Amino acid sequence: MIAWRSIGGVHWGWFILASAALLLFPLGFETHTASVLLIWALFALSLGLMWGYAGMLSFGHSAYFGLGAYTYAIASLNIGESTIPLILAVVIPAIVAAIIGAMMFYGRISDVYMGVITLVVTLILFKFMNATAGDRYVIGDARLGGFNGVPAFPVLNVPGFPEISLFGTPMYYICAITLLLCYLLCRWILARSFGRILLGIRENEVRTELMGYNVPAFKSAIFVISAAIAGLAGCYFANWAEIVTPSVFSLQTTSEVIIWTIVGGVGTLIGPILGAMGLGMIKLLLGQQTTINNFLVFGVILIVVVLALPRGVIPSLQNWWGAFDRRRGRARAKSRRKLTTESTERA
Amino acid sequence: MDYAAVVLLEILYMIAFLALASAGLAVVFGMTRVINLAHGEFVMLGGYTTLTCFKAGINIYFAMLVVAPLVVGLVGLIVERLIIRFLYGRMIDTMLATWGLSLALIGIVSMYFGTSAVGVPTPIPGYQLGSYQMGGYNLFIILITTVLLIAMWCVLRFTRLGLVARGAMQSAEVASSLGYNPKTVYMITFTAGAALAGLAGGVLAPLTGLLPTSGGAFIDKAFITVITGGAAVIAGTLSASVLFGTISQIVSFASHPVIGEIAMLALAIILLRLMPQGITGRFFRNSS
Repeated sequence: MIAWRSIGGVHWGWFILASAALLLFPLGFETHTASVLLIWALFALSLGLMWGYAGMLSFGHSAYFGLGAYTYAIASLNIGESTIPLILAVVIPAIVAAIIGAMMFYGRISDVYMGVITLVVTLILFKFMNATAGDRYVIGDARLGGFNGVPAFPVLNVPGFPEISLFGTPMYYICAITLLLCYLLCRWILARSFGRILLGIRENEVRTELMGYNVPAFKSAIFVISAAIAGLAGCYFANWAEIVTPSVFSLQTTSEVIIWTIVGGVGTLIGPILGAMGLGMIKLLLGQQTTINNFLVFGVILIVVVLALPRGVIPSLQNWWGAFDRRRGRARAKSRRKLTTESTERA
Repeated sequence: MDYAAVVLLEILYMIAFLALASAGLAVVFGMTRVINLAHGEFVMLGGYTTLTCFKAGINIYFAMLVVAPLVVGLVGLIVERLIIRFLYGRMIDTMLATWGLSLALIGIVSMYFGTSAVGVPTPIPGYQLGSYQMGGYNLFIILITTVLLIAMWCVLRFTRLGLVARGAMQSAEVASSLGYNPKTVYMITFTAGAALAGLAGGVLAPLTGLLPTSGGAFIDKAFITVITGGAAVIAGTLSASVLFGTISQIVSFASHPVIGEIAMLALAIILLRLMPQGITGRFFRNSS
């Protein structure tokens, strides 16, 4: 067995392998589809960090994804270049999450009610954005456009050079590098005492509180970090699609990210990433045919995973691999023991 | 004066709509603590059942009041046996599994009925109130909801079944030590909740129109009504419906229907922040 060195929870060998695969990918394949898979992976990573390690499930994570997308679109239409809009697309979802998170967690809202409130926030944004057609709803130069959304905003450019826009393969590289960096950021967060306290909150909130940690502050903080990453994913999605419509807030977006995360594996970081890329690919392929309905496939996947693999695919595979490895180790030890007893008998 | 009557009738209608749409969810949540996110799709199935029966020439009242609850109740029974019974006590997992169920039902209905909107004709004509044209069917919904809530209260309060259900809700251990299998009680409760959703779907179909995704229009309202109402089935549903119905319609009349809905949802967030146990967790504690 190859023993990959694991520092700070990162298996560096695998990480370098994955980075190389991601960065060499455009040499052989078309990057437009791959970019959106990476964007969805980033979005799922944001939910997986919060759900898997702090045990907090947001039923409305698309709120922050969508806020990131809308913020970028509106700001870039007004400013005309992309650096400040990109920063705003991270900061504004984070601020909204800070307000909502503080309201929920300092109010000692339990996990089910947290699910309800996050879901309702998304529904409010969805309904509001759908109703913003007409000239009354204008922010600066940007019309919100209601159901039709905001089209034709400037895409990402090289900072300082608004005329050099980044699209196609450069966009792919931005997504890939951001995903790798965000993965490392999550690992770094989890390796610090902050991450340990989050695990403590997940396992036993009361005990963590009794040990003297300010649980609402920690929960709000991870909610904000998660929302910021989701906002960044939303900003990239806006750039990829070149239009932002209210569907970024829809129940479908919310349910998709939950399905990707739970199918990949709650409690891991690689699970949500692979889940989003794999199921995202399936979604794109299913979108090309009409015999089987997309909703039916994903609904059945979600039910089966909750009933049969409640921890998700990747942790289950790790479990099986671990059991297989132990059994092999035991078998090897047994045969060694057998050999030694035989040799002593002979002697 | 006419205008005041119109506003009052619209508020009453909204209250009845909320109570009717959330009654099934409230029964299931109050008795088994299961949050059924496929409730909206059960309502939608009730609507499609009514439509199919109506097209087959069956009397529309019979279709919506008898056939729709029976069919959707049967669906609920199957779902309980196949999925829900493995998940009692695991709230987040039930929410996820029923969400998956809701997506699957949307998928099945879209494949069978198509994704274009269809409607059931309104069986009661409108009437003239002063200078305003009013929907007569709204009055029928108010009447049905009133009868339904009274019937539910009577069943819970005066029958053996209601007694056992309330007992199992308060303490599953005691109920099972007295010889009532809580699993059977849960199964019956879930089936009854699904049947109520089917009834709501049938009765509301002529007003709302039907789409495979129209369950989404019910689930958010039913959801906040039930959660804000709290664990007591009838008192909770009724108090939350009155509150949300009144606020939503007053804001709608003052500005715009979408703003009314947003006001209702925002109010729900504030109420949940102030009273995480729901209205009946704080006020009407000893009600059913």
